[in-house]
Amino acid sequence: MSTASTSASATSLHMSPNARAWARFKRNRVGYWSFWALLALLLLCAVAELISNDRPLIARYQGQWSFPVFNNPSERAYGGDFDSATDWKDPFITEQFNKPGNWRLQTVNPHSAASTDNFVKIPNPAPPSATNWLGTDEAGRDMVARLLYGFRVSLAFGLALTLAGTLIGVAIGALEGYFGGRIDLGAQRLIEIWASIPELYLLIIFASIFEPSLLLLLVLLSLFGWIGLSDYVRAEFLRNRGLEFVKAARALGLSNRQIIWRHVLPNSMTPVITFLPFRMSDAILALVSLDFLGLGVPPGVPSLGDLVRQGKNNLDAWWIIFPTFATLTLTLLLLTFIGEALRDAFDTRKS
Amino acid sequence: MSKPLLEVDRLRVRFGDSTVVDDVSFSIAAGEKFALVGESGSGKSITALSVLRLVDSAVTTGAIRFDGEDLVTKSERAMRGLRGSRIAMIFQEPMTALNPLYTVGNQIGEVLELHEAMRPNAARARAIELLSRTGIPEPERRIDAYPHQLSGGQRQRAMIAMALACRPQLLICDEPTTALDVTVQAQILALLDELQAELGMALLFITHDLNLVRRFTHRVGVMERGKLVEIGDTAAVFAAPQHAYTQRLLASRPQRVVQPVAGDAPVLLGGREVAVSFALKAGWFKKLQFVAVRRATLQLRRGETLGIVGESGSGKTTLGMALLALQPIAGGEVTMGGERIDNAARDTLRRMRKRMQVVFQDPFASLSPRRTVGQIVGEGLALHQPEASDAEREAQVLAMLDEVGLSERHGVSGVLNRYPHEFSGGQRQRIAIARAVVLKPEVLVLDEPTSALDVSVQQQVLTLLAQLQQHYGMSYVFISHDLAVVRAMSHRVMVMKNGEVIEEGESESLFAAPQQAYTRELLAAAHLA
Repeated sequence: MSTASTSASATSLHMSPNARAWARFKRNRVGYWSFWALLALLLLCAVAELISNDRPLIARYQGQWSFPVFNNPSERAYGGDFDSATDWKDPFITEQFNKPGNWRLQTVNPHSAASTDNFVKIPNPAPPSATNWLGTDEAGRDMVARLLYGFRVSLAFGLALTLAGTLIGVAIGALEGYFGGRIDLGAQRLIEIWASIPELYLLIIFASIFEPSLLLLLVLLSLFGWIGLSDYVRAEFLRNRGLEFVKAARALGLSNRQIIWRHVLPNSMTPVITFLPFRMSDAILALVSLDFLGLGVPPGVPSLGDLVRQGKNNLDAWWIIFPTFATLTLTLLLLTFIGEALRDAFDTRKS
Repeated sequence: MSKPLLEVDRLRVRFGDSTVVDDVSFSIAAGEKFALVGESGSGKSITALSVLRLVDSAVTTGAIRFDGEDLVTKSERAMRGLRGSRIAMIFQEPMTALNPLYTVGNQIGEVLELHEAMRPNAARARAIELLSRTGIPEPERRIDAYPHQLSGGQRQRAMIAMALACRPQLLICDEPTTALDVTVQAQILALLDELQAELGMALLFITHDLNLVRRFTHRVGVMERGKLVEIGDTAAVFAAPQHAYTQRLLASRPQRVVQPVAGDAPVLLGGREVAVSFALKAGWFKKLQFVAVRRATLQLRRGETLGIVGESGSGKTTLGMALLALQPIAGGEVTMGGERIDNAARDTLRRMRKRMQVVFQDPFASLSPRRTVGQIVGEGLALHQPEASDAEREAQVLAMLDEVGLSERHGVSGVLNRYPHEFSGGQRQRIAIARAVVLKPEVLVLDEPTSALDVSVQQQVLTLLAQLQQHYGMSYVFISHDLAVVRAMSHRVMVMKNGEVIEEGESESLFAAPQQAYTRELLAAAHLA
């Protein structure tokens, strides 16, 4: 124990502050592995089309190669009558590929988020089976595919909202804190007015005026999602701008922009980084809640909130609510673990 | 020799695997004034705190006998009965040692009610008596004051009143005057002296201030890195120090290092009736003006050092910032090389920045923790010499760092890519000096450049500053509260009080024959007169 701690402190002495924070982050095993697990999940989502898709990865038809995952040919290519995109669940297509010499390589889960099997015998939602591992939802779509794509939408939305909110929050907090005085006073009052606008009403009103879309949702939530963070950044800037190294930078003749960028901002990032995972879990939860209420993503887009709503409407279909719940819990837990590890890593009171 | 009141026998304190106090033994007789002196990190404070068993999560071995009882093995309950009644302690920073939510009277009364089971009314009467004894004016009114309503000196007096409430046999003073201005320091020491004689208690002083030790104590122990390296009668130790460290410590009192200024040296920096004021908010629409500097006039010639001395709140730092045009001024004018720089256009100012630089007091706050030493020192060069190549600039940075004593030659390797936290306080101050001097400025404002440093490091930094001044022909504005340092460094000295320059003159003549009563008081308090 004693030798380990002394050697650790000896190596950490020669590292940059960021490298030291990373070393401390690594020492928190739960948070560290949560970080890699989340990265792996992100990667998995990024290639969701190659994992869960009704279109085969490779199709061999009468000596011709095709790659329907990337470019779905019309039915005529496979001996059909119509010049429309091939429906790979159509028994006619299956029959065509069962002929000798023809074959197709399906993805691991041969369903996309929107594909339905129009020829099933069991009413939807159908319980888990060999074809649909986690059953189907209300509309007969495969649950595994719905979960995977819904999870992807949630993560992407969470990342985008976190990024947008952080950028706005840091920019406004930085201006308030660095310049202080009247700018700060004015901006604070404007923020108070802005923060008192009821967000949910605004969302409902906009949902009824505009076509609901993820982009609209992102813009609306970003407009309100930066306020808390800007307060933290403002406080950090107020503290740091008075430090002597900032005065020394002014004495060197640096411009305000250079001082903010090189000296104050890097020393004010601790709350920003520490809050990132928590902000992201908030963003994901916000989207889930809005989807649950029907104010979120447009109908048809796979989403976890929509699945929660379906689970509520079909209480006997346990295969809808339980996997959805598990996915959400896992995501939020991972984010919370990462957040806790980051908070400890950037805590200056710990060595 | 009578039986000692406090006997520390082979005390050893460890935190984890680092030994902070190593085999320390000393004893204090009743009514004796004993000092533990040493630099930061020498373990002197931990030793004192160990006597009261106030050190958390440490492994303590050895014996601490107080009046014959071993304190190391005593129960926590018994210790509580001892603390504050028979052994009392006063701390360095009276603002944080007093609870801001209670009145002074409450806090003194608490001790009396706890240890002497006094009734509240009696405790209050006794508290007033104690406050008046410690020299706080209007004690009947001040007893209901909160700590923030008192001045620094009054707070320390209130702390002393609290410590003396139960007539302790031993009073531990941990840097009792360090946070105070020199004139207040002298008053507090005089008070402690008086009370000590009156109550016959023993005093254990923890300090880094050698002057204080010499003037004030009977015996002294010198600590270095956890070890007690020398112990003896104060007079004997100061007259003939035995241990090398003690000799070094005593020799590190500032030596005069200035070179004469050429008679025809031109005036570089000038201030005429400079005034600085801050707007204080007094209400929604009311504003109060607080005048920090009024009508300060000064001239600084090439190669000259102008010392500015004063106590906290005298406006000396504000004046320094105004001279650098880092602080807007309310009146008068500041000129650099004949050009006005107050309210100057941005371009003029940027050009001037290269010619005037600054070094701050706190070497821990003055370097950005997220930039390497190479970036910190090279930043000004990148701005003011954009035509130079990266390699040229790096060569200049390395040469500068070598000159301030940070290079392979001095046993510091890879300095460019290291971060400030890897360096000690003295080294950091050298980095800060390098950052300023690498631009070859003509004027350097030094704002308490050695106040945060240990005495032995202080002299090295002063010598370095003197060498640099000679090499580059720089002019210094040397701001300090430490008269000994100012005397060692300055050609001319300005004394400031409450924003006003009250006396100015050639350094030696001013120190030899101060004209103003306040200057004399300052000198007396600093034991220089």
